[in-house]
Amino acid sequence: MRSDLFFLVCLAVGAAIFAAALALGNDYYFFAGYVVLQYVVLATAWNILGGYCGYVNFGSAAFFALGAYSTVATHKLFPVPIPVLVIIGGAVSGVVGFGMGYLTLRLRGAFFAIATLALAVVLQTLIVNWDFVGGSRGAYVVRPEAIAPFGSYIKYLFLIMMLLAVGAITVARVIERSRLGYGFATIRDDELAAEASGVPTLRLKLIATTISGGLMGMAGAPFPYYIGFLQPSSAFSLDYAVNSIAMPLIGGTTSWVGPLIGAVLLGSLQQIATVTISSAVNLLIVGFLLVGFVIVAPNGITGLVKKYIQHRPLGQVGPRRVDADADAPGRVP
Amino acid sequence: MIFSFDLLINAIVSGILIGAFYAAVTAGVSISFGILDIVNIAHPAFIILGSYIAYIVNASFGFDPIITSIVVTPAFYALGAGIYQVYYVSFEKRGQESLRGLAFFFGLLFITEVTLVLYFGVDYRYVEAPYIGPTWHVGPLDIPLRILMPCLVSLLLIAALQLVLTRTFIGRAIMAVAQDQFALKLLAVDPIRIKRIAFGISIASASLAGAFLIIIQPVEPSVGREYIGRVFAICVLGGMGSLPGTVIAAMLVGVFESLTSTFYGPSWAPAVSFGFLLLTLAVRPAGLLGR
Amino acid sequence: MSKLLAVDNLSKRFGGFVALDNISIAVNPGERVGLIGPNGSGKSTLVNCICGTLQNETGSVRFDGHLLDGRNAHQRTRRGLARTFQLPRPFASLNLVDNLRIPLLYTVSVRGSVGHSPRAVEGRCIDLLRQVGLEGKASRLPRELTQVEMRKLELARAMAAEPKLLIADESMAGLTHSEVEEILSLLVRLNDQGVTIILIEHIMRAVMSFSQRLVVLVSGRKVADGDPNDVVRDPEVERAYLGQ
Repeated sequence: MRSDLFFLVCLAVGAAIFAAALALGNDYYFFAGYVVLQYVVLATAWNILGGYCGYVNFGSAAFFALGAYSTVATHKLFPVPIPVLVIIGGAVSGVVGFGMGYLTLRLRGAFFAIATLALAVVLQTLIVNWDFVGGSRGAYVVRPEAIAPFGSYIKYLFLIMMLLAVGAITVARVIERSRLGYGFATIRDDELAAEASGVPTLRLKLIATTISGGLMGMAGAPFPYYIGFLQPSSAFSLDYAVNSIAMPLIGGTTSWVGPLIGAVLLGSLQQIATVTISSAVNLLIVGFLLVGFVIVAPNGITGLVKKYIQHRPLGQVGPRRVDADADAPGRVP
Repeated sequence: MIFSFDLLINAIVSGILIGAFYAAVTAGVSISFGILDIVNIAHPAFIILGSYIAYIVNASFGFDPIITSIVVTPAFYALGAGIYQVYYVSFEKRGQESLRGLAFFFGLLFITEVTLVLYFGVDYRYVEAPYIGPTWHVGPLDIPLRILMPCLVSLLLIAALQLVLTRTFIGRAIMAVAQDQFALKLLAVDPIRIKRIAFGISIASASLAGAFLIIIQPVEPSVGREYIGRVFAICVLGGMGSLPGTVIAAMLVGVFESLTSTFYGPSWAPAVSFGFLLLTLAVRPAGLLGR
Repeated sequence: MSKLLAVDNLSKRFGGFVALDNISIAVNPGERVGLIGPNGSGKSTLVNCICGTLQNETGSVRFDGHLLDGRNAHQRTRRGLARTFQLPRPFASLNLVDNLRIPLLYTVSVRGSVGHSPRAVEGRCIDLLRQVGLEGKASRLPRELTQVEMRKLELARAMAAEPKLLIADESMAGLTHSEVEEILSLLVRLNDQGVTIILIEHIMRAVMSFSQRLVVLVSGRKVADGDPNDVVRDPEVERAYLGQ
């Protein structure tokens, strides 16, 4: 099956990137690369609910933080290898995603979006007041110096995040090509008509929030090891919310390619900018890019590329699924 | 937790007073979201902007922040009108306001906050005025004037807005545009122009709300974030677009927050309004077609 | 003969406004029922309540022996109820074939009556498009269609759900004489294949020639229900259309 092949190809690409980073000989590339890969997972996860279904989640940070804090909590009880922590983090976030969806998905998209913001703040307040995980004082998670056979620990973390990124992209691609993907598209286009056509919209939306939340939690699970000292303000940082929205919107929301492009481009840009300029300016750039793209190029980079391809003289037939774009005469308010 | 009648009554009263201020903060969103159906989550950012403008003028020239904010209102109105125009052309016309419109305002929120951080840093800023500092003592009540003043002016602002909405042609056109754009067109009134005016008024109110805010508490750029959920919670609770409803809902939230803060500690306070919001949204019978 | 659709004492209000007032309608299997009434009389509201898009306050809806109350719209569609929307609501980001694919994937295949292979589904979609004359635009997007073509797509999508009862809500608005004939003959063909049809229309000629029974709604109340020729001569119906 093509999806299996795709997964293997991605793994191969990932391995190649890892080898290249090894060759560069500086651990910095692994630290930076980890963050970029983390964003690949977050952006892809966000896009499953936001791009495919059209439901905007402002609380990505909450799911990410849930993953991180379930690691902290588990770590305090008994030490467990990171892959297990990833599963636990994913499970916790997935369940919360399901719960949140159940509470709010019957509402219009705008209310859902606001509810996600509210949820993020409520969760943050709960964590800040929960002393077991350190509350506002923060929690230390000691990162081992090295782990065989990878050498420095960061290489191990990098590989785990690489696997997660490959997994996330594969999941997104599988969804796109399945009946679920069609269902998601109808939810985005016209929920009323979708229901009338037999699509169980609530069930599909719950699936989307669960998968999306779960993936974000998985991305957050290794974070305490990466950062060493976890505070609510860093786990719940608005950066995650903005980036997980900006990256898919800039890259393109209709397929798995968009969030990948957005995460790699924007993520790398920010890593470079943080080193050369201040991190506040780099966030400002993200903000401007987000607003700019959303106004000028609503279909993102992939949209621009498609437009360019479609206008070429050889007239390649455009892909089946495109964004609902400007001036749709039949569009019903 | 020490329970005393004095504490209780002070908590309730200060909750009501703060609630009036919350109503002024929410009034703009009642117009933009409650009436125009535009999810402007960047509204708190404009309020913070108003706070900083009041701060600069106050720190440089010593002018009263409320007066300053009134003077600056036309500029905020123009800003609001401009933003609506961009929003309309880019999103509303194309029918993409749900995803991209939201992202647009989110981006604006972010840009505003980060720009303020770059210019002013993350230190808390405050203003000075004769009514900031003294406290009235009325029986068991301690009423800081710096809370009472904004509360009173907030109520004035809401009353003024309500008058505009119900007694003027423009105001009624704004109420009408929410219900029937086509009918408005038949009356030779351009609904887009009406919405632009309404959105301008919404942002203009943020200028005043910003002055109130910085009188009540010191401000730094990320303070706006705690108001996002609060503002939408109050708007929804208050019945979406009803200013009187907004006042009542705001005072309710204010009192609950105050009680929580007094008896459980301030670190739980943010959860109150957001919790209110989640509860309201979960219990609300709005379906896909209903409002 | 048991009723296919039985609506009993159905009422719906919006705030203080009573949109539907104690409506009772029954439809027999295989029937061709016309539903007419002035604008705002509640026809679309009735359709929305029957199909589950709106919740009625009182009364019940029985379809094919099953009580539909409390069921979602998609559950009702899966039971065999299909409808078109008065203003077409196509899936804007999917091409025509994919638009029709949705009911096949989510309604018909759930019942197990079409092969699951992509080729079978695709073949069925093309076939449906051919029936409404849209085969040539199969890979286009809805925004490239004319208003008329969009109504045909709307109808095709309802047909794709292989319904037992199809409610066609003003599918012919804006069509030319020959296009109206086209849609009419399509609906008659469908009916011959066993699909019960409720036709909501303002084009009297079409309604009269198509309906075996005519129901008239005025201001949320049913004022007539019977043979089309008798109904149109009913003085109350005349008054409703000529003004009160």
